[in-house]
Amino acid sequence: MTDFPNTGQPRQSLLNLDDRTKKRNAAEARFKAYGIAAIVTAMLALAILLSSVVANGSSAFRQTFITIDVPLDADKLDKSGVRDLDVMKKVTTIGYAKLLREGLLNAITDAGIDTSLSDKEIATLISKEAPATVRNSVLANPSLVGETLTFDLLASGRIDGYYKGRVTLESAALDGNTSPEALMLADALKAEGLITTRFNWNFLTAPDASDQRPEAAGLGVAILGSLYMMLVVLFLALPIGVAASIYLEEFAPKNRWTDVIEVNISNLAAVPSIVYGILGLAIFINFMHFNQSSPLVGGLVLTLMTLPTIIISTRAALKSVPPSIRDAALGVGASKMQSVFHHVLPLAAPGILTGTIIGLAQALGETAPLLLIGMVAFVREYPAAYTENAGLFGEAATALPVQVYNWTQRADPGFVERASGAIITLLVFLLIMNAVAIFLRRKFERRW
Amino acid sequence: MSTMKLTASTLAITAITATAAMARDNVQIAGSSTVLPYAAIVAEAFGENFDFPTPVVESGGSSAGLKRFCEGVGENTIDIANASRPIKDKEIAACAEAGVTDIIEVRIGYDGIVFASDINGNGFAFTPADWYKALAAEVVVDGALVPNTVTNWSEVNPAFPDQPIQAFIPGTKHGTREVFEEKVLLAGCEETGAMEAIVGLNGGDEDAAEGTCMAVRTDGLSIDIDGDYTETLARIEADANGIGVFGLAFYENNTDKLQVATMSDVVPSTETIASGDYPVSRPLYFYIKAAHLDVIPGLQEYADFFVSDDMAGPDGPLAEYGLVSDPELLDTQDAVMNGDLMGSNS
Repeated sequence: MTDFPNTGQPRQSLLNLDDRTKKRNAAEARFKAYGIAAIVTAMLALAILLSSVVANGSSAFRQTFITIDVPLDADKLDKSGVRDLDVMKKVTTIGYAKLLREGLLNAITDAGIDTSLSDKEIATLISKEAPATVRNSVLANPSLVGETLTFDLLASGRIDGYYKGRVTLESAALDGNTSPEALMLADALKAEGLITTRFNWNFLTAPDASDQRPEAAGLGVAILGSLYMMLVVLFLALPIGVAASIYLEEFAPKNRWTDVIEVNISNLAAVPSIVYGILGLAIFINFMHFNQSSPLVGGLVLTLMTLPTIIISTRAALKSVPPSIRDAALGVGASKMQSVFHHVLPLAAPGILTGTIIGLAQALGETAPLLLIGMVAFVREYPAAYTENAGLFGEAATALPVQVYNWTQRADPGFVERASGAIITLLVFLLIMNAVAIFLRRKFERRW
Repeated sequence: MSTMKLTASTLAITAITATAAMARDNVQIAGSSTVLPYAAIVAEAFGENFDFPTPVVESGGSSAGLKRFCEGVGENTIDIANASRPIKDKEIAACAEAGVTDIIEVRIGYDGIVFASDINGNGFAFTPADWYKALAAEVVVDGALVPNTVTNWSEVNPAFPDQPIQAFIPGTKHGTREVFEEKVLLAGCEETGAMEAIVGLNGGDEDAAEGTCMAVRTDGLSIDIDGDYTETLARIEADANGIGVFGLAFYENNTDKLQVATMSDVVPSTETIASGDYPVSRPLYFYIKAAHLDVIPGLQEYADFFVSDDMAGPDGPLAEYGLVSDPELLDTQDAVMNGDLMGSNS
């Protein structure tokens, strides 16, 4: 029995913290505070990013339209008089623009609006895209010639900006492309109900437009291009990636070669994506002679880029299936192949799908490799999935992130809104893909 | 989940792709980002009014475009290269080596380069000499080359307001930079007499003296912008003291945010540039691969349409956007129509 040395001081109660405990508790409190600060910083950055994108871009989904009666004069649109399409096609959009101007001037006179603007300046209220809209509908239905039809036409970018708060009377006074009088005329037309701002499906379906018509620019071609590329990636990267992982994980002998392959795959996952673009240019375009700017080449390049991601996640999913499942299958007489395809693969499927979807999402947001294979371009024709001439996915297209990049470089301020709108669309697609990944994981996940 | 099915479909895709001949029926264009908006406007109108598909226009810079142009002849190469400078002999040689011997040069008009600052800031009336004094890396003082120490516009020219020098100029990969160096810095260098002084100092080597004249200071008062004019605009919006270099078209689309400076007392506009009064401008070009003319549908029509009066004329949409119409457009139209090749002395 040893005695504690009696120092003469009273024993400390456990309820009273001594200095060292206080210090340790303070350290813990500090660490928690750092953690919270880190999360708050991250959330704040995200909030600022999202709010600036939404503030700038949500207006892209609304668009201003002018409703006017356009007189489709037969003597101007059809000189042949027999509705011969070849003759009617000779009338260009410049000719149609004059008719639209006439229609707008009539509408202004009918409404009894006084304006000091010249006829030419009044015509700038209508988008330069509008004549093409009217021309296409006339050529599609030549019997319309001679009638006066009511058209819902795009208003020009400045007028549209005025109703979205981007253009003000003050800024218009300094602006070479519009004037305060034009905006006041627009207000008068709005009071007559001829100008309306409403939801704009065209933003999601229309093709890109040139710098003079930001109001007409849409994401149609980009969404199609992205969709085609994702199909190529899905149909190539998934089977190749899964086959490679199953072989490496289940069948391959563990030796130096498989080690080398494994290290290489991990390395490839970290290679900057632009490198795949250079590879794609050299192999698919210069050597295999696939079409430039085609979703096929884009898809192949993105497939190469996504493969390592899919292989790594598939191998992880296969690894997480307990060996007892394989042993049981082998124990009742299944072959190695049967054990893998009947038991291991179905159990690993949720993990594989999650990995694939995350890989696809990564590919969807990629711009750099597309730069080199000609997909960062101005494309207005909807790409067909298959044509005799261009083959499967062989027609030129762009992609969603590319469209964002393109629009941020345009001079007209109207494209700022469009670019942010495109970012919102891209984010929504990514959100949907990630939500599907999480849903699949939750629904089919098995725990042992 | 049958992997077999997936593999089968993969093979099917590969088979279809391999058997289908890859041909294209649209015109493919690449090159200068300065020409891109004009090319896009023409391509759009071309697609609307003709039965041919809308051409695909890529940007990426004059040099990159011409490099791809010179990769060879065939459907997997581009048909037209846009350029904000004339093609170089070196590039013509590279083209010839790859089999691209027949090139048609088309000058579409002129592009003005303007100096603009924040709309709420001070206005300026520059001369090339002011820019040389403000941005030269080394200036001649008392018969010796010394680093430029000027930091305020009022030091450059007593008539200027008290405002720190902060310039945003195009990076060296831009064709605009070359024009800025030659038409502004070098002109200023000669105007101030610094050129002669430098030639005297370095023993009569004029080329080296030109190099010295065009060297831009690197102490942060002049910032190279490698991105587009939108980046320059963003920099100026963030720093009201900044003065940036823009294309005329870009400025004309952003007149509510920028005020333009005069150069040698001339206000830049399509008229003053066309008349030659405004000194800082350059021609814009595109180059057609003649071997593709009969192969790619719509190529000849696109080129004719581009230089037509409806497009490139003084009242056309290109001029409206900021292109300075070429006074010799009529000759260009003939040359394009006849397919006059470069170097054939037409």
